[in-house]
Amino acid sequence: MLGNLMAVDWGFVFEKLILIAVVVTVSLVVAMYETWAERKVAAVIQDRRGPNRAGPFGLFQPLADGLKLFMKEEIIPNSSNKLLFVMGPGLAMLTAMMTSAVIPWGSKIVLFGRTIPLQIADINIGILYIFGVVSMGVYGIMIGGWASNNKFSLLAAIRGASQIISYELAMGLSIIALLMLTGSLSLKTIIEQQQDHIYYVFFQPLGFLIFLICAFAECNRTPFDLSEAENELNFGYHQEYSSMKLGFYLFAEYINMFVSSAVMATLFFGGYDIPFVNDVSFGLHHGQNLLALLQTVSLLAKIACFVFFFMWVRWTIPRFRYDQLMDLGWKKLIPLSLVNMVVTGFLVLLRQNHWHF
Amino acid sequence: MGITQILFWSLSVLALFSAIMVVVSRNPVHSVLWLIMVFFAISGHYILLNAQFLAIVNLIVYAGAIMVLFLFVIMLMNLNADTEPQKNKWLKIAGVISGGALLLVFVAALKNVDAKAHVAQVARGDIGLIHNLGIALFHDYVVPFEISSVLFLSAMVGAVVIGKKE
Repeated sequence: MLGNLMAVDWGFVFEKLILIAVVVTVSLVVAMYETWAERKVAAVIQDRRGPNRAGPFGLFQPLADGLKLFMKEEIIPNSSNKLLFVMGPGLAMLTAMMTSAVIPWGSKIVLFGRTIPLQIADINIGILYIFGVVSMGVYGIMIGGWASNNKFSLLAAIRGASQIISYELAMGLSIIALLMLTGSLSLKTIIEQQQDHIYYVFFQPLGFLIFLICAFAECNRTPFDLSEAENELNFGYHQEYSSMKLGFYLFAEYINMFVSSAVMATLFFGGYDIPFVNDVSFGLHHGQNLLALLQTVSLLAKIACFVFFFMWVRWTIPRFRYDQLMDLGWKKLIPLSLVNMVVTGFLVLLRQNHWHF
Repeated sequence: MGITQILFWSLSVLALFSAIMVVVSRNPVHSVLWLIMVFFAISGHYILLNAQFLAIVNLIVYAGAIMVLFLFVIMLMNLNADTEPQKNKWLKIAGVISGGALLLVFVAALKNVDAKAHVAQVARGDIGLIHNLGIALFHDYVVPFEISSVLFLSAMVGAVVIGKKE
């Protein structure tokens, strides 16, 4: 048994562990500063200043908020289901972090003679893995809402879960059309195809639009934040939560936003590809490590654009009514994505036939 | 004992323990959560057999969608252990008899199976990889596959039509 364990490539395990630590840390820090950015964006849109007390431009505000959340009293309601009550926010956080495992953050770096790909796991079912983890995200909300033993929490949890399930369907259908073009489920392969040709958003504009709307719904963001509608449900599924358990729920939303922006950038906007630059020849001239760094910066810039868009929409568009939400999901997005799928399939077949009927 | 075997035994123990807890748990919500654990353990077994597609689809469809609907219904019914109505005695006896009959059928069916001839291809088989699975589905089994997919599509369209009815 020991001999077998020794046969494991420890360098490989070590580099993956470091990569995981870096990715997790970066997502947490990004999520932290998303809270700051959200308040700044809201302030600009509403003609205010936003947080400006802690540090220059209020940059230390997230630290102060985090400290506040940690110092607050930890309350577990007497009538709640204790184990599940604690498990809920943990699950929400876990599923939010797990999606980042299959996203390629750059091509590869060369360190100490080792070539290290900047992706935690290049599995050949990358997109399906993301769908699997996203569908697990429902449980964080549902378990938390049910375990609080509060009617409003339960109602909000059920709203949130049914919304996520409904929009997952349209999301999956819009992805099928994209997969007809790529012929691969691996995110790395999809990026490499986009490096050689133009970005998939130009082939799949409708698919991208549907995916974007569904991403809003999956993240429980306005205009789809029905599960947090405070005028109908007090505070939503996290009403009974306090201290860092509440923080986990709020934080998970920001991480979800970050990761779904990364997924959209990867699938439709070339991922880590640097626009207007031939990456391979750049790497040959200026070194692989610099290229990888610039690629990561490029991906982060694309993500930042999406995150800004998320915030822009939140402070511009009011919340849907519940029946409007279901109407949009089931009667508009699903038929649209079905049509998109059929048209794409037709065109792909036509291209294989050299544009002859 | 290699890593594969350690994983196999821990997954098996997890699957069996969770399956027992599904039946034993007094709270139906806990039962559903244990059932989700069973699905996770089974998906782990699929990955050990190198069937990644099956593993992830099992998670998406069963753990991600169907179990959520189960949870929905159970949470809304508000079944608590103390308000649970006492079941009829005859119903319990009928349940034991039918369960025992099912066990008998299983044992009879599996008694004469030559297990040695059906060794699972742990981490070696490649039919479960998505590329090979796609080729098998769209070449050898294309007609049944298409028929069942049309069936699913019609079910989905039917759901939308029912929703549209005023």
